[in-house]
Amino acid sequence: MSEQEHSEHIVPPSTYLAIILTLLVLTGTTVGAAFVNLGRFNIVVALAIATVKATLVVLFFMHAKYSPKRTKLIILAGIFWLALLLGMTLSDYITRVDYRGVRFPISQVTQQLPAQRG
Amino acid sequence: MHRTGELYGQFKTLEQQKETATLGMWIFLITEVMFFGGIMLAYALNRHFYYPAFAAGSNTLSLKLGGFNTVVLLASSFTMALAVWSSQVGKKTLISIFLLLTILLGFVFFGVKYVEYSQKFHHHLVPGKKFDIFYCVNNPASCPDVAADELMEESNLLDEAKAADPDLNAHAQLYYSAYFGMTGLHALHMVIGAGLLFWLLKGSLAGRFTPQWNTPVDIVGLYWHFVDIVWIYLFPLLYLIDRHK
Amino acid sequence: MSATAAAPVKTLPEHHYLNATYGIRSWLLTVDHKRIALLYLVSVTFFFFIGGFFAMLIRLHLLTPSGYLLSADTYNRMFTMHGVAMIFFFLIPSIPAVLGNFFIPLMIGAKDLAFPKINLLSWYVYVVGAAFTLYSMVSGGLDTGWTFYTPLSTIYSNSAVAPAVVGVFITGFSSILTGLNFLVTIHTMRAPGMTWFRLPMFVWAHYATSIVMILGTPVIAITLALAGMERLFGLGFFNPAMGGDPILFQHLFWFYSHPAVYIMILPAMGVISELIPTFARKQLFGYHFVAAASLAIAVIGFLVWTHHMFLTGQSTYAALAFSFLTFLVAIPSAVKTFNWVATLYGGSISFDTPMLYAFGFLGLFLIGGLTGLFLGCLGTDIHIHDTYFVVAHFHYIMVGGAIMGYLGGLHFWWPKMTGRMYPEWLARIAALILFVGFNLTFFPQFLLGYLGMPRRYHVYPPEFQVYNVMSTAGASILAIGYLLPMIYLTWAAFFGKVAGDNPWPATGLEWKTQSPPLTENFEVTPIVTWEPYDFHNRPDLGLDAVASNGVAPAHGDD
Ligand SMILES: [Cu+2]
Repeated sequence: MSEQEHSEHIVPPSTYLAIILTLLVLTGTTVGAAFVNLGRFNIVVALAIATVKATLVVLFFMHAKYSPKRTKLIILAGIFWLALLLGMTLSDYITRVDYRGVRFPISQVTQQLPAQRG
Repeated sequence: MHRTGELYGQFKTLEQQKETATLGMWIFLITEVMFFGGIMLAYALNRHFYYPAFAAGSNTLSLKLGGFNTVVLLASSFTMALAVWSSQVGKKTLISIFLLLTILLGFVFFGVKYVEYSQKFHHHLVPGKKFDIFYCVNNPASCPDVAADELMEESNLLDEAKAADPDLNAHAQLYYSAYFGMTGLHALHMVIGAGLLFWLLKGSLAGRFTPQWNTPVDIVGLYWHFVDIVWIYLFPLLYLIDRHK
Repeated sequence: MSATAAAPVKTLPEHHYLNATYGIRSWLLTVDHKRIALLYLVSVTFFFFIGGFFAMLIRLHLLTPSGYLLSADTYNRMFTMHGVAMIFFFLIPSIPAVLGNFFIPLMIGAKDLAFPKINLLSWYVYVVGAAFTLYSMVSGGLDTGWTFYTPLSTIYSNSAVAPAVVGVFITGFSSILTGLNFLVTIHTMRAPGMTWFRLPMFVWAHYATSIVMILGTPVIAITLALAGMERLFGLGFFNPAMGGDPILFQHLFWFYSHPAVYIMILPAMGVISELIPTFARKQLFGYHFVAAASLAIAVIGFLVWTHHMFLTGQSTYAALAFSFLTFLVAIPSAVKTFNWVATLYGGSISFDTPMLYAFGFLGLFLIGGLTGLFLGCLGTDIHIHDTYFVVAHFHYIMVGGAIMGYLGGLHFWWPKMTGRMYPEWLARIAALILFVGFNLTFFPQFLLGYLGMPRRYHVYPPEFQVYNVMSTAGASILAIGYLLPMIYLTWAAFFGKVAGDNPWPATGLEWKTQSPPLTENFEVTPIVTWEPYDFHNRPDLGLDAVASNGVAPAHGDD
């Protein structure tokens, strides 16, 4: 349907080489960062680096940068729905307080549980 | 529907056909995002609630093997991208070479994964009745592959975790549920990807892919890169929790 | 002499998709979307009658308060298998995989779906999943409820859970493949001139449905995979003994299974949006709003899932938000209903069988939808959750809504699918029987639930018996209402009067080709130059007489 589909964009190998080198450097960075005590921010840094890496793969290896708008929309929809699944479920867990004022999780293991199936 | 050359009968032009296939693959990848999303959610929750157990579990993994596999998989994405490029510019021999390289790197990944899995199995780190996170600490003779100083370190680490979480052995099973669930599903996708690569290799050896028609190489490439992206997230989430102790 | 004056006897076209090739192989290896639709038709009908059989046993059992027919354990298995068969193997594939598969390419002027082989694959995936589930049913059945709640399904149940979970897991991929195929087809395969806002509402509805299919179904797949691995290999996410949370299963399960309701009802709404303009001879009122409402339902439907979990101990604050969002779904649903009614207003309505189903849908969907608000409200839900009120509510939506839409669509398009017409009066009577039987079955269940009868129990206090007897009596009538169409539609497919290309007449592209259509649908790719449902500017429909004698109203131009 769309005309821009007609001319396929060919990414030169030099770009791929630059991307893979960046990815490898970022892998080293994420390992290095894990050995620094950043407290709660360790996970933030780890996820941020992973997201940069994933973005590079999507944009260049998967040619999303040169794809029609529709493809970009699909990618954004996927991220959005993933955020819905994670975010809305977590919204229950992090605000969950039972009638005794006990926050989730209650230490379940110490409780007696019925016998399992035979 | 009949096929005329490379054009299937339900389409009017090759462009339409390629556009359709690419769109289909992208939509499929979104379903994959949601598929992995479910287990990511289980991971996120349990990591949030049982952080000491997850940190302890992560420290029992081998960073060397995990890091090596990350590099292998990134490299395989690179060779896959080059295979796509070769098909776009019509270098027929190069397509086969790069596909073969991609497959080889995939198998290196499987080999390392196999070593990791069997280690975990011997160390009683598979969720279930036999699970015992202290197994190697308590039975050093049964874990000859772990060096004495590493074991010492692990022992301190686990004692500390146990102090923070009395139900460590139960909650560490959740970590290992995440580990086996996520890496297992990822490996399953790799197996499917490897199968597709073999199918591509067969086509490229027969010289089927040309600058005019290389859709299969292109869309299998998309799939392979996606599997790589999953690993890009799995690596820090599973291997890099609380490494700074 | 008089013979020449009579209208010429219609005959079937010489070549069509049904007689293009012969033999069992030509069916099992077909990539023709129309034949695959018929394969689906046979398979989902099979499961409809399996599910119906279990339903009959349940209703017979509940005839007396002490339950004379089944043991408690068997009763658990019956309602579980009724739910599994009906939801996963009938309702979800019914309209999309049968009618959608058959008519989306025809409606947009394409020769086939974008991926014909994947379409066939989806049917085989369905069959494999169905085989696992049937194996579970004959090897003792499962007793977890169709929701597979953990830890019952993972740790405690002694029934055949694993094969059923595997079966439903596999069938999910058939749904994903169908949704993917539809989305890509609607994007890339439209005929020249078939712009987005010329698409029939049926296609819009399936576009919205496909979004739900591809974004929701993978989540149930991973959920069932995790539950299955937990049962088989001891993974622990849902196991409280390891610190896992069974409620997480419910979150993941309903993330799909609430939107799954829209997989069932949106296509039915699409059918109704075709029937009402056709039999009111009037342009669909508020085309853009109805299309947007489909998409809105698909999106908002993803934001409401924990209303199934208000009383599980989830966070009160989350419950508040989800309750509010649940009410929001009522808005696009109401937009659609008002637009249908506005289409009827001033139309020249004919009461052909499909239209009777459309009217049935309107009434039943209204009751089903409004009672949903009772359940979405945090206060009233405490009283009526897990009672027969819920059972009645979702049967009004799924049976009263989705199956009415499905049967209405089957009757509407049967002449196109088979080239032959069913006996009209018999069909009208069957539709009435169905409507009466349905209400007699399920309306008393609202009362039962309100009075406090819990669902899924095999016995009940004697004071509830009168409503249960009414319900069982209704179910018997309902059964006749379902058997009749199956019999006469099958008969009509072979021996009915030849229908002609456009018997109603209707405006869609599918009616511009012969009945039954050619394998490649159209002799030449059509070029669309008209707006949807525009009865006034379509001389090819032969409606001039109607339009000029003033029967058709003047306000069809909205
Ligand atoms: Cu719901």
